Amino acid sequence: MTSFGGFDMPVEYCGIIDEHIAVRTAAGLFDVSHMGEIEIRGREALTLVQYITSNDVGRLAVGQAQYSALLRPDGTFVDDLVVHKISDIHYLLCVNAANREKDFEWIRSHNRFDATVENTSDTYTQLALQGPRAAAILRQLTPLDLTALRTYRFAFDKVCGVHSLIARTGYTGEDGFELYFDPAESEKIWDALLEAGKAHGLLPAGLGARKTLRLEACYALYGHEIDETTTVWEAKLDWICKPDKGDFVGREALRAQKQKGIERILVGFEMRDRGIARDGYPVLQGGAECGHVTSGSYAPWLKKNIGFAYVPLRASAPGTRLYVRIRASELAAEVVPTPFYKRPK
Amino acid sequence: MYPDEYRYTREHEWIKLESQRATVGITHYAQEQLGDIVFVELPKVGAHFAAMEAFGTVESVKAVSEIYCPVSGTIEEVNASLSDNPALLNQDPHGKAWLIKIRVDDPAELASLMTAEQYEAFIRSSEQAES
Repeated sequence: MTSFGGFDMPVEYCGIIDEHIAVRTAAGLFDVSHMGEIEIRGREALTLVQYITSNDVGRLAVGQAQYSALLRPDGTFVDDLVVHKISDIHYLLCVNAANREKDFEWIRSHNRFDATVENTSDTYTQLALQGPRAAAILRQLTPLDLTALRTYRFAFDKVCGVHSLIARTGYTGEDGFELYFDPAESEKIWDALLEAGKAHGLLPAGLGARKTLRLEACYALYGHEIDETTTVWEAKLDWICKPDKGDFVGREALRAQKQKGIERILVGFEMRDRGIARDGYPVLQGGAECGHVTSGSYAPWLKKNIGFAYVPLRASAPGTRLYVRIRASELAAEVVPTPFYKRPK
Repeated sequence: MYPDEYRYTREHEWIKLESQRATVGITHYAQEQLGDIVFVELPKVGAHFAAMEAFGTVESVKAVSEIYCPVSGTIEEVNASLSDNPALLNQDPHGKAWLIKIRVDDPAELASLMTAEQYEAFIRSSEQAES
């Protein structure tokens, strides 16, 4: 068990590699109750959510979810999050565990609208059922027509008789679902999903596999690829930033940075020499340090040593040779196109 | 679980002495704590290490761990099969997945290491301290 944002959570159950492979080939079940939930309600709920997030919430239909970010006035990240539009006057924000309190205070401090902000993190258990067999497993426990629930859509229905928010979202690069429901029902639903998944090869999966899966699929992790020193342009998250939607916190700084041009950018790399680049290791080009690794690991599905790093623009093109300082050695790596992994259609 | 003829360190290495030569590896407990091992870095033959000096690295998916030479000595052989099959360390840490063979400077140094019984008590107490 490891302590993460105040939660005791298993890093692994039967082993990170087996859990990772299960998610790519069958399914994995993650307890992600550490994630925070913040709910915004009221006549001007949309106005508040638009003002504090970078993506365009105005384009969401009821029952649709959207990846987005909370930004500081200088354009750097307070957090990344998923916005769920429950109704025209009710939004649910799923935020990172370690940032729950910070985000809540941040949103409240920017609320000059006719809206209420509530930290409802303790009223939800969140389970993530991920993998190509996820739908076949969940179908046994819910009356909801899952074939009609498209990616980044959600609906309310029963799971094992328990009222739940069922979202077709995830953090693994596979098809899958994230379920939000009353914590009192946690064990019942966890056990029922494991039982329903037995015949499909479902394994319980921990934080370790969650990290390696998201790395292969190229999802940013707060505190690594994004934090209070990086911006959407640098993190290649342009697609969640819509400066034309209207005013939002961070917009002017981001417009200015776009005009001026960025100096560094996030790239994916593969090790060419034998060695595993880890978080924080220095990245070199031409003998000089030019950046650092934000996340690095052995990738269990790709069977390669991969990572992300911030590097100067001149060193960011795929094919560029970089070196990573690993203990006493400088080992060769190469910038590669991302994502490292994309699931087969 | 832990062979009686081996001696053990607090850093979870084992050493087996046969006259002046010794074989060194990591313990079952070490591989279990590390989880899936995916990379092993070993020294060059001929290198000399002092007692409890780091001589290599073992990496699992989740962690990087240095490995220490239980007694001072000179590397005579390294287990080359581990570079292509690091997972062997999870399967047979006390046998086929030995790491290095050394010529020991002074066999008397082994006296300061733990016996199997002491090592088992040591890991029980560190597990209790954790929980």
